[in-house]
Amino acid sequence: MDDWRSRPVLFLAFLAPGALWLALFFLAPLAMVWLLAFGEKAGPVAIDITWTLANYQAALDPLYLKLFWKSFWIAALATAACLVVAFPAALLVSFASPRSKPLLLLLLVLPFWTNLLIRTYSLIAVLRGNGYLNDGLGLLWQVLRFLLTPVGLAGLAGDRFQPLELLYNDAAVVLGVTYVYLPFMVLPLYATLERLDRSLLEASLDLGASQWRTFWSVTVPLAWPGIVSGVILVFIPALGTFLISDLLGGPDALLVGNVIERQFKAANNLPLGAALSFLLLYATFAVLAARAWHGARAARLG
Amino acid sequence: MAERAPLDYGKRWSLRLWLAATLVFLYAPIVILMAFSFNDSKRNIVWRGFTTDYYVKAWHNAALIEAFGNTLVIAVLATVLSTVIGTLLAIGLWRFRFPGKAAFDAAVALPIVIPEISFGVALLVFFNRIGMPTGLPWPLNLAPIVASHVAFCFPFVTVVVRARLAGFDRSFEEASRDLGASEWQTLRHVLLPWLKPGIVAGALLAMTLSLDDFVITFFTSGPDTVTFPVKIYSMVRFGATPEVNAASTALILVTILLTVLAMRLQNPARRPS
Repeated sequence: MDDWRSRPVLFLAFLAPGALWLALFFLAPLAMVWLLAFGEKAGPVAIDITWTLANYQAALDPLYLKLFWKSFWIAALATAACLVVAFPAALLVSFASPRSKPLLLLLLVLPFWTNLLIRTYSLIAVLRGNGYLNDGLGLLWQVLRFLLTPVGLAGLAGDRFQPLELLYNDAAVVLGVTYVYLPFMVLPLYATLERLDRSLLEASLDLGASQWRTFWSVTVPLAWPGIVSGVILVFIPALGTFLISDLLGGPDALLVGNVIERQFKAANNLPLGAALSFLLLYATFAVLAARAWHGARAARLG
Repeated sequence: MAERAPLDYGKRWSLRLWLAATLVFLYAPIVILMAFSFNDSKRNIVWRGFTTDYYVKAWHNAALIEAFGNTLVIAVLATVLSTVIGTLLAIGLWRFRFPGKAAFDAAVALPIVIPEISFGVALLVFFNRIGMPTGLPWPLNLAPIVASHVAFCFPFVTVVVRARLAGFDRSFEEASRDLGASEWQTLRHVLLPWLKPGIVAGALLAMTLSLDDFVITFFTSGPDTVTFPVKIYSMVRFGATPEVNAASTALILVTILLTVLAMRLQNPARRPS
């Protein structure tokens, strides 16, 4: 590696474009929002930076804290669901034959190449009252009723099929987040499971441990770095989601992301939105710091 | 039942079933969406027969087509710019040491990790504050969106290119210089050929991110700079129609086509045999 002073012109040619872009279109906008959070509305559009803490105080109101709590739970549930769905799938792909492996992996991550909005929208048709899932359930209901009628138990199935309320509630949001971010969980899990030293699994099985015990005591600890990466990759975007809750959630299914969006787009309370946005950022940093701390501890313990 | 090795997870039926169910979960909604874009029914629920009417309708929806064009132009410009900026930065970070490098590294990774909504609202505030002139002629009016897309794409390019640089054998560079090649010749004939797969992969990633982006664009687009996802969003809010399905199908196909094309470019040596 050269010292930058040895070729200052070359150094600038390589780094300046990126540094400038980052400063202008990332750091400066963030700094503006950071300042706005300490501002007061001085007119319809004008905002004075008065270093007031009132916006953070308002953002820490129980009303918004509850919202953060709810966003946290929805993100946590969806992350757990992603992990449960993705782990067996990633395990199978990492053990698949070399010929089918790339194809299976591609199939699992290909939806990532489809627009977030379109994928969210595609769920609406599946989940809504007269959507495909309810149609399928209705069909099942008819079969069940048909089977129960001869034995005189048709009454058990009820007179009419009641479509389930699958859309516009919190469960739909959890499902939507799981659906959208599943590829983010598959990739890091696959990457660690692929590199995993299989002789350790064999040793465990040879020494008489059951498959179940081998899975929990050997496979999972070895795959831990991948699990942590996957959890972070899903949890952070899930925490700040606003599109999924906007389209799939009910009228009361507001998450932090939706409230931030409203402050900036509709409610025009920029200082409050700025404070909420930075609280979300700080929460993200806390997650990342916990991960770094965890990584450092794991490295120390060897 | 045939004997199988205890570690042969690839042959376990329970796992295979799980993977199959996962794939159904991932693909069923998209496949249904695409299939029903050909459905001859307004209500979009029951299959009434095959039609391409909604594609014709979408094609004649001038606002939709304009939005589609905007999305493609933005993606191309953002890809080119972020590939150049990201690659230069990766080489610079690989080659030079300078004070504050650790902090700079962290700052470059930041756009990758922060929640999109925080980034989006920051750009909204920024472009309002600097008083971006409105009513500029096309495609100049897309500049704020392109600049924003580059800001979140180029760090990804840097990450991918740096991963490729990590495997570069420095002695090639030294040999090239010892043999009298200039800085430029070394870069052009030694380093860049080695980096090419990384650069192509980075460009592909940048293009996908740009085409897929909704959140950042939603906050940086104005009334006359609507992109395809933003347009579809406003259509979806009025209700799901087959026309939205048709337009979405078109975008899915374009993205897949571009992805396949880029993958081909990446491995030209692998001929289909």
